[in-house]
Amino acid sequence: MAEGRIIKVSGPLVIAEGMGNARMYDVVRVSDSRLIGEIIEMHGDKASIQVYEETAGLGPGEPVYTTGEALSVQLAPGLIEAIYDGIQRPLDKIKDRVGDRIERGIELPGIDHERKWYFEPRVKPGDQVEPGDILGVVQETTVVEHRIMVPHDTRGIVRDIKEGEFTVVDVVATVETDDGSKDITMLTRWPVRRGRPYAEKLPPYAPLVTGQRIIDMFFPVAKGGAACVPGPFGSGKTVVQHQLARWADSDIIVYVGCGERGNEMTEVLMDFPELTDPRTGEPLMKRTTLVANTSDMPVAAREASIYTGITIAEYFRDMGYNVALMADSTSRWAEALREISGRLEEMPGEEGYPAYLSSRIAEFYERAGRVKCLGSDGREGTLTAIGAVSPPGGDLSEPVAQATLRVAKVFWGLDSTLAARRHFPAINWLISYSLYLERLEEQISKTVAADFGDLRKEAMQILQEEAELEEIVRLVGVDALSIEDRLSLETAKSIREDFLHQNAYHEVDTYTSLNKQRLMLKAVLDFHHSALNAVEAGVDFNDVMKLEVRDTIARMKYVPENEQERLNAVFHEMKAAFTGLAKAVGGEEVA
Amino acid sequence: MLKEYRTVTEVAGPLMVVEQVEGVKYGELVEIEVSKDEIRRGRVLEADGPRALVQLFEGSAGLNLASAKVRFLGRGIELGVSMDMLGRVFDGFGRPRDGGPQIIPESKVDINGNPINPYARDYPSEFIQTGVSAIDGLNTLVRGQKLPIFSGSGLPHAALAAQIARQARVLGTDENFSVVFGAMGITFEEADYFISDFRRTGAIERAVLFVNLADDPAIERISTPRMALTAAEYLAFEKDMHVLVIITDITNYAEALREVSAARMEVPGRRGYPGYMYTDLASMYERAGRIKGKKGSITLIPILTMPEDDKTHPIVDLTGYITEGQILLARELHRKGIYPPIDVLPSLSRLKDKGIGEGKTREDHADTMNQLYAAYARGKDAKELAAILGEAALSEDDRRFSAFADAFETRYVSQGNEENRTIEQTLDLGWELLTLLPVRELKRIREEYIEKYLPETRPA
Repeated sequence: MAEGRIIKVSGPLVIAEGMGNARMYDVVRVSDSRLIGEIIEMHGDKASIQVYEETAGLGPGEPVYTTGEALSVQLAPGLIEAIYDGIQRPLDKIKDRVGDRIERGIELPGIDHERKWYFEPRVKPGDQVEPGDILGVVQETTVVEHRIMVPHDTRGIVRDIKEGEFTVVDVVATVETDDGSKDITMLTRWPVRRGRPYAEKLPPYAPLVTGQRIIDMFFPVAKGGAACVPGPFGSGKTVVQHQLARWADSDIIVYVGCGERGNEMTEVLMDFPELTDPRTGEPLMKRTTLVANTSDMPVAAREASIYTGITIAEYFRDMGYNVALMADSTSRWAEALREISGRLEEMPGEEGYPAYLSSRIAEFYERAGRVKCLGSDGREGTLTAIGAVSPPGGDLSEPVAQATLRVAKVFWGLDSTLAARRHFPAINWLISYSLYLERLEEQISKTVAADFGDLRKEAMQILQEEAELEEIVRLVGVDALSIEDRLSLETAKSIREDFLHQNAYHEVDTYTSLNKQRLMLKAVLDFHHSALNAVEAGVDFNDVMKLEVRDTIARMKYVPENEQERLNAVFHEMKAAFTGLAKAVGGEEVA
Repeated sequence: MLKEYRTVTEVAGPLMVVEQVEGVKYGELVEIEVSKDEIRRGRVLEADGPRALVQLFEGSAGLNLASAKVRFLGRGIELGVSMDMLGRVFDGFGRPRDGGPQIIPESKVDINGNPINPYARDYPSEFIQTGVSAIDGLNTLVRGQKLPIFSGSGLPHAALAAQIARQARVLGTDENFSVVFGAMGITFEEADYFISDFRRTGAIERAVLFVNLADDPAIERISTPRMALTAAEYLAFEKDMHVLVIITDITNYAEALREVSAARMEVPGRRGYPGYMYTDLASMYERAGRIKGKKGSITLIPILTMPEDDKTHPIVDLTGYITEGQILLARELHRKGIYPPIDVLPSLSRLKDKGIGEGKTREDHADTMNQLYAAYARGKDAKELAAILGEAALSEDDRRFSAFADAFETRYVSQGNEENRTIEQTLDLGWELLTLLPVRELKRIREEYIEKYLPETRPA
């Protein structure tokens, strides 16, 4: 183990000499308190090191030890339900060891090496295996079956395979390879800055169902897609991210809290064990891994936290799972890059950000995708990446937002005006988009109902119309509009208030299935059509607006999923109401 | 015996370079003997081989390169803490300012603190009744929250902060309560307003004040809020007290930060503020909170005056991204004579949802809150429309919403500086105002609450 000497300390950046043997991106231990750092620049035998812990008290002359390894995460059973800091140290164990505050130089493995897991083999001696093949499984939580895969550099014939209780460092299998026999444990390591390999990348096709109406209906994201949520503070980015982590129909959730509030992570830690997954009936925590580098934790580890999170997500993807990664917020990660870049005295690009900002952002989102995994069974896995962006002043022209928009296929633009009216989720329907729309609609029309896409198109049209009509109303008043236009305005309002507005804190409203979403929107639009017919048949516009069924439609969001009859009853009530109106004017049947 | 260096080679603005030093540590506290009876303090910003870059808290005026003696103290900046701090006034560096004796510290604590393990945090969920309707009803404050007041010059943020400090209670408890006040670069008069108000109400007995006035050294402001928070952490997590920390004015703090950054010739972020300002502000704000298994709590109310009332200014913007909401004061309401001039629409308390409802405030709180917001927003739109097209152009409904918006401002938001409303009074007042609207428009409220709480008597 080589040893260098510190010559300069400036914030999270330390420069050491005598580092000629080290490689770029090697992990080093700084000073005798063994702070963790990573080499990010080399000049001759001088290395610039970003230190993942507070550097106060360090000074020139202190030693730096190289480890010869890149920054890696440990991958094995024990990842689920864990809460890690930015460099995969378990925060719960840190608390047990040093108390309420995070001290420096703590060394703890990301995976518990003592705990035993029941390993159940899936191959037998004599089987030929290749990288990615599943050797056996461990039931990690009630909902996650952890699949132990053949490492990427191993190919050969299984000579020995065990069954029973083992720790992650015990040998569970031996494979005879061309280079001799190889012992395999459940634990593997992977350098975080390198994407894990797969057999083939495939285009995504299935929707990630989130239970959030504006997302699923208007701006859906595909399993294996990349989405971004930019918005000014107070517009509800974190609530959107939390809602997705709660309700998305993913097998695994990796939630990265990057430079955000400590209390938000606490909220996840408190809520997720309590909330149940609508599909499995088990607590949401049983499928979740958390990476938390809050804003008061060291800035360099914030840069690493995004990579730690996505590497863990890729690992589960490789097992053949649908994985969703939420990163809140990528802007803090970019700012960490900027801070380190500034200390390295690099020539800045826009707004002080380094020139390589956009390529780093693109690299990150490109790690999402639907893939054919390694292994002879040809299984598929997806990794969906959803990044929050916190543009200063909500101004999307800033570099992080711009670089993100170039690579993310779904854009949920949060709007402070909507937030100020407490219209949540404050996703502005006029500026947001999803490039997956067509591809996913095909799939949804098969699985839910054929008219799903038509409903969406019509509703969107009415919302667009509203935006135009509002201009006119502002100039000449609502009375100047035709009855049809006034009806459009009322319908648009109903779409906004009764459909798009969704209360994350209401026990029923927080999640809506695709089927119920369709019924809700269909009710709003059916009313629109019936009203149009009624008005044409001579019914007074105000009488239509006074119909009580409008209230029933508005309250559909509060009807529990299992009370299908109550949802269907809305359509009967509507029919009866319009028949009544028609009778009153003595006309024919209009509904 | 500490080594003394007389090798100052450079002084520029708040920075000083000392050469040929040995064993200097990053972040270390430095003493500079300017003359026989004047000692100033600084902090190591960079330890570069035999060269140390030092940030001077009290400025460089009168410093002579040849005669200055520099000592590196081998520790960070510390605050001596003890229960005797209560009732005392200190300067921005923690030295007594009220003519009283030095306190005898129980222990000395580094003012930078260590980050709280998110796993050790307890989620803030205890409702604090401030007696101010616009806060309690709509932007509810909870114990352990950080909720800034975004204000502008000339607006009554001091009066509001003092009112909150005076009235804040957690219902049904009688626990230890104290106030820590940190002032950075504010005027004597403003500081005096707080101090006299604390004296008048007797609150001074359970208050600790750290005051750096406008004519005190600017760079000292970087440590003042950390002094205040260190004192607060001691009271909260060692002495089980519920501490309300008010720090004012963050704008002055950020300017001091910018001054140092500019002197170091760092690559600036927006408007010349350093790129690490987010991290720096977060390292202060995140010290608020609750910790599992500890009785005490730190609730933080930073005050910012927004330059040009601009909400997108970097100081305001970055603060908003870290804090759990904001209370925004509006000049327009202030001009209308409404106190407190809280503009409720852009104001927000992120933690309110866990602090309200049955068992905390009342079951109908969340629904009525949403309804009041939505109705006020619609009323404001209607008023805007009426301003262009005249009252006659409004529909019957819009006229009602417009009347609601006026009543909401003058009766709900507006209240006296000494008026302390209970949460029941605030909620009932909300229902009373909702009677101005047609029942069918109350879509955000559950039917059972409408039946239970909506007053029978409708106004004519």
